[in-house]
Amino acid sequence: MEMERKIFDKSMPLVKTTAAKSLRLVVETRQTNPMKKTFVESETAQSSSTDGPAKIVIQDMNFYYGTVQALKGVNMTVPANKVTAFIGPSGCGKSTLLRCLNRLNDLVDGTRVEGTILLDDENIYRPEVDATDLRTRVGMVFQKINPFPKTVWQNVAYGPQLQKIRKRATLDEIVETSLQGAGLWDEVKDRLHASALGLSGGQQQRLCIARALAVNPEVLLMDEPCSALDPISTGRIEELLHTLKERLTVVIVTHNMQQAARVSDLTGFFLLGELIEFEGTKKIFTNPGDSRTEDYVTGRFG
Amino acid sequence: MKFFKRFFASGTLFIWLAGGALACSLLLIGGLLTLIFINGMGYFWPKDLVQLTLNDDTRVLGEIVDTQRIPETVTADFPDGQSRIQLKVGNRDVYGLDFRWVDEVDIAQRTWPKDVIAFERREWGNFYGWVSAVWDGDTPLAEGQDIAWNAWYPFLEQAESLHREIHHIERDVIGAINADMERARLNLKALESKGNVSQDSADALQQDIQQRESAYQEQIQRLVGLYERLNRYRVTLIDVSGEKKLFPVGGLVKAWRPNSMSAWDKTMMYVENFWNVLTDEPREANTEGGIFPAIFGTVMMVLVMSVVVVPFGVLAAVYLKEYAKQGLLTRMIRIAVNNLAGVPSIVFGVFGLGFFVYAVGGTIDQFFFSASLPNPTFGTGGMLWASLTLALMTVPVVIVATEEGLSAVPREYREGSLGLGATKFESLMRVVLPCAMPGILTGLILAVSRATGEVAPLMLTGVVKLAPALPVDGQFPFMHLDRKFMHLGFHIYDVGFQSPNVEAAKPMVYVTTLVLVLVVLLLNMTAIALRTRMRKRYAGASV
Repeated sequence: MEMERKIFDKSMPLVKTTAAKSLRLVVETRQTNPMKKTFVESETAQSSSTDGPAKIVIQDMNFYYGTVQALKGVNMTVPANKVTAFIGPSGCGKSTLLRCLNRLNDLVDGTRVEGTILLDDENIYRPEVDATDLRTRVGMVFQKINPFPKTVWQNVAYGPQLQKIRKRATLDEIVETSLQGAGLWDEVKDRLHASALGLSGGQQQRLCIARALAVNPEVLLMDEPCSALDPISTGRIEELLHTLKERLTVVIVTHNMQQAARVSDLTGFFLLGELIEFEGTKKIFTNPGDSRTEDYVTGRFG
Repeated sequence: MKFFKRFFASGTLFIWLAGGALACSLLLIGGLLTLIFINGMGYFWPKDLVQLTLNDDTRVLGEIVDTQRIPETVTADFPDGQSRIQLKVGNRDVYGLDFRWVDEVDIAQRTWPKDVIAFERREWGNFYGWVSAVWDGDTPLAEGQDIAWNAWYPFLEQAESLHREIHHIERDVIGAINADMERARLNLKALESKGNVSQDSADALQQDIQQRESAYQEQIQRLVGLYERLNRYRVTLIDVSGEKKLFPVGGLVKAWRPNSMSAWDKTMMYVENFWNVLTDEPREANTEGGIFPAIFGTVMMVLVMSVVVVPFGVLAAVYLKEYAKQGLLTRMIRIAVNNLAGVPSIVFGVFGLGFFVYAVGGTIDQFFFSASLPNPTFGTGGMLWASLTLALMTVPVVIVATEEGLSAVPREYREGSLGLGATKFESLMRVVLPCAMPGILTGLILAVSRATGEVAPLMLTGVVKLAPALPVDGQFPFMHLDRKFMHLGFHIYDVGFQSPNVEAAKPMVYVTTLVLVLVVLLLNMTAIALRTRMRKRYAGASV
């Protein structure tokens, strides 16, 4: 009990101190990847009016698994530096949409995409866009916690090494800042070269976040990142999201409505492949515009 | 009624059946190993020599090998009947046969003379008896049994070192000279076939050959001298019936007095015998001596095969699993691959002979070794073709195991890697293949197990009864994959069925089998240890 408390006390301010560092990282990022500050108005009026500049604009998105249509005419605008949550019952297409944002669905046989997704005004589904480059800009954290069976260091350095960064000192620096960005540095700094599989579940998921941060993404997609974690680990990751959104845009899929309410700025509700409602989180949970949304968030179905 | 119903429903009967089946197989395997082990290991123990005096006053000396009941003698009064014993009497040059059956009723007396000597000889098998005199040329050095025993022993050690020297000259020195001479001869032949021979270079080569020829003669002279020294000292051996036999000391390997040896001495000799079998070369049509060339050939063949089969099988599996569009064609290919694993191995042997040996090897000879034609270099069976044939035979196993290993890699690893901006190839090389490594090694283990014991295809593609040289030696290019080689599996067949003296070869069959089993075990253990290490590193992904 005493020890647990100590760890907790020690690590709590850590997240705050790393925020400053990650901010510095953000400044650097901005310099290398200048963000277009244009406002893109969604064709539909579904986007929230209180957002900042748009990061991702989804237009008339249809998605098919073979003959099954998983997404039906989705239109939405995801603002930059906000946390956007997708909620909805299982099979409603929220994960499919998320995986469309970094074209991970490309690799599934027999899928078909219609419509456009603009990332900084650029359609990511144009044929000349390299999906691997796109994925370095749009990182992803998965529901199934998946650190590679390598050391902690190798896990974090994996992405940078793919980008042909070879210098040990540079890699060490990236590993440190990324782990700090994920609030994991203090816990693993003494075991960087031990297997990542020896970490606890929560630590492993934060390692996956650090691994994604190491390639300096502009957008971080999270597919139910806390579904396999206990409340304390979940709490730490949620706290992390607040700091992360200062440097990147977060899209999170969650089944946990309290989580959506706690962490997100905007929430989209999906049902049977359609985007029913996309509004500020507060509005969705207190005064939804659609009766189906209300039924879902109040627990009447789903 | 209700009880039976419940009994059947509970599955107790089924559990007993399953357990019984398992116990049965374990018993069979255990029995097999025990049989081989006892028969194989018993061969090395220096057995006591018994001297039998028969009723007609003849005497027989030898070690007891077997006891048998005589069926006709079993009557109601004597349910045990009478038995006969089989003796290994040795002295093949005197008696013509190594073994003899003696009815126990004929035996008047059994003694175990303390001073009887067992000689292991380079030819004619063992001699059991005594030594009565030692000769230097025609002059007697020592006479009388104990005196002679003490007198000739130093000569045995000298003979041993002479043998080593002779062996060295015959194999290494003369071998090297022959190889050089052959090379010069081929160069000369190549020059001549080109037509416009410059007289100088031809002369130089001729001279080279001359020089080597004289070097060769020199070595032959040295050998003659050595053989003379080897045969200078001789001993008179006498057998149990008093017959004398003059024998050169150089023809003896070792001698011991089994009846006066302590258990410790026998144990030491046991270990020594075992070691000698593992490290020596065969003698007497493989029925005596060691089996080192066969062990070497087996291990090397399996290693060469592994080096070929793993990359080949893994690449095929990776394409089939990761890149090929899954459909009817890949399904059919999978079925074909699985069926290939069931093709009788001799069929692969025939294919290896027709394709590798004659087609590929013949073509290589045409292009690279045309000077030595019509003598084939690669166009005949050899280590390389045997290994490739076995690789072909075992590649389905590796493909299937690798595919299974690849399927076992969680999708999350692939997606995690792709999500970090890796291409499919990078993910494969850095995450997927390392994680599939235990599966790949399982394939290798199965392939090695199957290949080590395979004999039939080898008989067509490169195994011989007695290989004159190992496939690896000190002569350039050190690895001679074109050479024929010996193999433990074939050795068993050869010693057991093709030997002129089957009875005497029987222990050798067991010993060779035992060593084959040990080699398979050793190779497998190595791969399994490797796999365990891999598993430790890659398994245990939590959640």
